[in-house]
Amino acid sequence: SNKSVSDAPIVQFTNCRILRSHQLQREDLWVRQGKILNPEKLFFDEKGSADIQLDCKDSIIAPGFIDVQINGGFGVDFSLATDDFKSGIDLVSQKILSHGVTSFCPTLVTSPPSVYHQVLPQLSIRNGGAHGAGILGAHLEGPFISKEKKGAHPEHCLRTFEAGAFQDLLATYGSLDCVRIVTLAPEMKRSSEVIQELTQRGICVSLGHSVANLAQAEEAVQHGATFITHLFNAMLPFHHRDPGIVGLLTSDKIPMISDGIHTNPAALRIAHRAHPKGMVLVTDAIAGMGLAPGRHTLGQQVVVIDGLNTYIAGTKTLSGSVATMDTCVRHFQEATGCSVETALEAASLHPAQLLGIEHKKGTLNYDSDADFLMLNDDLYVQATYIAGEEVWRQDALGM
Amino acid sequence: MRLVILEDYDQASEWAAKYICNRIIQFKPSQGRYFTLGLPTGSTPLGCYKKLIEYHRNGDLSFKYVKTFNMDEYVGLPRNHPESYHSYMWNNFFKHIDIDPNNAHILDGNAPDLQAECDAFEKKIEEAGGIDLFVGGIGPDGHIAFNEPGSSLSSRTRLKTLAMDTILANAKYFDGDLSKVPTMALTVGVGTVMDAREVMILITGAHKAFALYKAIEEGVNHMWTVSAFQQHPRTIFVCDEDATLELRVKTVKYFKGLMHVHNKLVDPLYSMKEN
Repeated sequence: SNKSVSDAPIVQFTNCRILRSHQLQREDLWVRQGKILNPEKLFFDEKGSADIQLDCKDSIIAPGFIDVQINGGFGVDFSLATDDFKSGIDLVSQKILSHGVTSFCPTLVTSPPSVYHQVLPQLSIRNGGAHGAGILGAHLEGPFISKEKKGAHPEHCLRTFEAGAFQDLLATYGSLDCVRIVTLAPEMKRSSEVIQELTQRGICVSLGHSVANLAQAEEAVQHGATFITHLFNAMLPFHHRDPGIVGLLTSDKIPMISDGIHTNPAALRIAHRAHPKGMVLVTDAIAGMGLAPGRHTLGQQVVVIDGLNTYIAGTKTLSGSVATMDTCVRHFQEATGCSVETALEAASLHPAQLLGIEHKKGTLNYDSDADFLMLNDDLYVQATYIAGEEVWRQDALGM
Repeated sequence: MRLVILEDYDQASEWAAKYICNRIIQFKPSQGRYFTLGLPTGSTPLGCYKKLIEYHRNGDLSFKYVKTFNMDEYVGLPRNHPESYHSYMWNNFFKHIDIDPNNAHILDGNAPDLQAECDAFEKKIEEAGGIDLFVGGIGPDGHIAFNEPGSSLSSRTRLKTLAMDTILANAKYFDGDLSKVPTMALTVGVGTVMDAREVMILITGAHKAFALYKAIEEGVNHMWTVSAFQQHPRTIFVCDEDATLELRVKTVKYFKGLMHVHNKLVDPLYSMKEN
């Protein structure tokens, strides 16, 4: 072996442009044992060199996408009561590899406690691989949200934590072991206590489905909230005398906002320009993503897919989306006119920063997990890699 | 000496790269018979390195059987600092070619015993069979490597304190902040470079013109250490027009008149593909 640190094979990806330090640079990407390797250190410290060199034919190499709000897909609805949660999660995690997603937070919409108690224990945080994208933990969107802004969430399942604050929340969910993000409405009584408890346990608190005014939203941030769920949707619109949750856009302390595809391009541009480093793209995908148009379930509701729009059956109320993550990235880049680097970071670096995992995910920095994508110039995913192994490749027929 | 005068920086860089390329290929390096190359850093050789990388990418030149010895390295600068000479060589040369990392030698400015490090470097050169071609540059104060004015012309690899001229010249790499520039370096000696079988000095730009004049038109003098090469049997100075600005017209005309002879050294340009 030609290295002193490890005998594991070293792969050098050449003829590519990699996203590093917020720019696409013409550099090779080196990988060993599932991590991005520092080739200069390899050369001088270990006197090592590559075992395998792969020509990437001038592809863009970007960190794998991280989707922190996805309700299901391919016929799977994460909020459905089932004893076989694993099959659904496995199917979705495998299928989204082709969308460039290498890590995700399965999202459960407002559900009765029985669903949380049945489903959450079946969820485990796990690394990705050939079997599928990695699971970072659950995103629980509801039931502690506002009736007026419930959107597609079922009203009979909404709850408050007025009586027992954090204990109420814990009783509702059953367990917080594998929970990464909780979306709640901060105007609810005792929300500050709850937010504080959740934040202390390392859970990210997001504001959404709420009629909070700016003061209530700011208080939530002071107690630890760091995210806004699908900005603009399911919250009070911007008002110049009280901007509400939207008014958090330019605060230092609320670095993260998210948007999928359900916002007018002009609104998207405003959010992006107000807070370019805070943009986090999510799919908010529902079971119908990846399937033909028609009727599907979303938790306790029935939804209808019509093109890229999904509505609660019989209404014009939007409910999630069927756009894939790579579609979201392309749409974001087009609508805002931002650089390719910015669009890619909104789906990788920023969600990693939100979850405090940017030291190992969301970048191509040395020693990070080697979860990355090869994309063409139009930002279509050509291949997906997890821990340095190819887990998906676009075949010649474009399937 | 040969004084090879090209019109501008790009042409001088290309001529030098072609010369190095031809020397390596004509040597026919192979397993156990390496071509040893001494290498410089700084802004002057960048164009030359780019051309060599181009020849390598085209498949015309391989560094598989080439051993390199760099001239110098700062003392006390972390090896992965962007301005260390290790970083320079990695980014501007080594990462683009197929040299075996075991054959790329650079002095370690963070070695626990600096003099021992220098002695070991001299030994490595000796064990490699000496240097076939040492490529170098010239400082505005006429120094070769970090052999500052006053360095012995028989010096060997050792620790040197940098002269103010050198610190000023290097400040541009440290955000213009003089306090950030390292004040000491390990460097090959004038004697070390004189031992090479052949020496090529690259000199471009008007700011180097006076140093070139002192080095080749005045006497051998330890205040202008490049002048030592007047006594080397095979030295080539490759420069652009601007670098000749302080020379006598007669000198320039004489050597320009010899360009047809000089160009035979680079034309034809050999390629390893033919072998």
